[in-house]
Amino acid sequence: MQWYEIIGVVMIVTGAFFLFLGALGVIRMPDVYNRMQAGTKATTLGALSLIMGVGVYHPAWFFKTGIISLFILLTNPVSSNALARAAHNSGVPLIEESVVDKYAEDKEEIKKEMES
Amino acid sequence: MRVIISTFVLFVIWVILTQSFDPQELITGFIVAFIVSMISPAIAGEKTGKWFQPKRYIYLIVYLFYFIWQMIKSNIDVAKRVISPKLPIKPGIVKVKTKLKTNAAKLALANSITLTPGTLTVDIVGDEFYIHWIDVGNCDDVHRNCQEIAEGFEKYLEVIFE
Repeated sequence: MQWYEIIGVVMIVTGAFFLFLGALGVIRMPDVYNRMQAGTKATTLGALSLIMGVGVYHPAWFFKTGIISLFILLTNPVSSNALARAAHNSGVPLIEESVVDKYAEDKEEIKKEMES
Repeated sequence: MRVIISTFVLFVIWVILTQSFDPQELITGFIVAFIVSMISPAIAGEKTGKWFQPKRYIYLIVYLFYFIWQMIKSNIDVAKRVISPKLPIKPGIVKVKTKLKTNAAKLALANSITLTPGTLTVDIVGDEFYIHWIDVGNCDDVHRNCQEIAEGFEKYLEVIFE
């Protein structure tokens, strides 16, 4: 086994572990927003580490996997942002333990601003 | 000018993806890149001069390392919360003001905030970010602790995009 293969395997296993934690988070978290925290974003490190691990294991693919991770970095947050915004605007409540909700407080002002 | 820059960027991506310097591939790639950038020159942005300042690229590389470090740190933090039996979360949506002006910079900041687990951008109105934070802690005022979410990234993004 080459040294880069060992690094690649370690990265893949780490990625798989973080993806597992993400799945666990989706089950354990109490409301939509917290689930999204675990579900969409434990996966960023998980998926990135996994994909880059494959790139390190096969050095010929390294730049390709680099481009793939770049596109994940660009698109993943946009989709989770859209999901969170849609959830809040269609009235999904935060759990009761939540401390503040500035977005709900300011909603009227935001509406006015959008219309003007 | 905008067309030339976006053609160049697309062409580099093409070469990395195909990984061959066969003339057939290069010519096809160049033609496709040129057609795409004719259709959407917006890829290069409004002020093309920004592409030729080396300072921005140096900061971009430094920022990448800083960002990856932040991501690992906060990923472990969220992982701890998920594993621990008591589920120690204290969520809430806070408001953060940013001093960034351009749309590209705001997009990059919102993406960075969303990508570091524990914080999730819900909406952007003008220069105010509404951020869902898994552990609000003692942040009750707009101008105090909440700002720390954005400040670390802002330093770098200001130079890269503005």
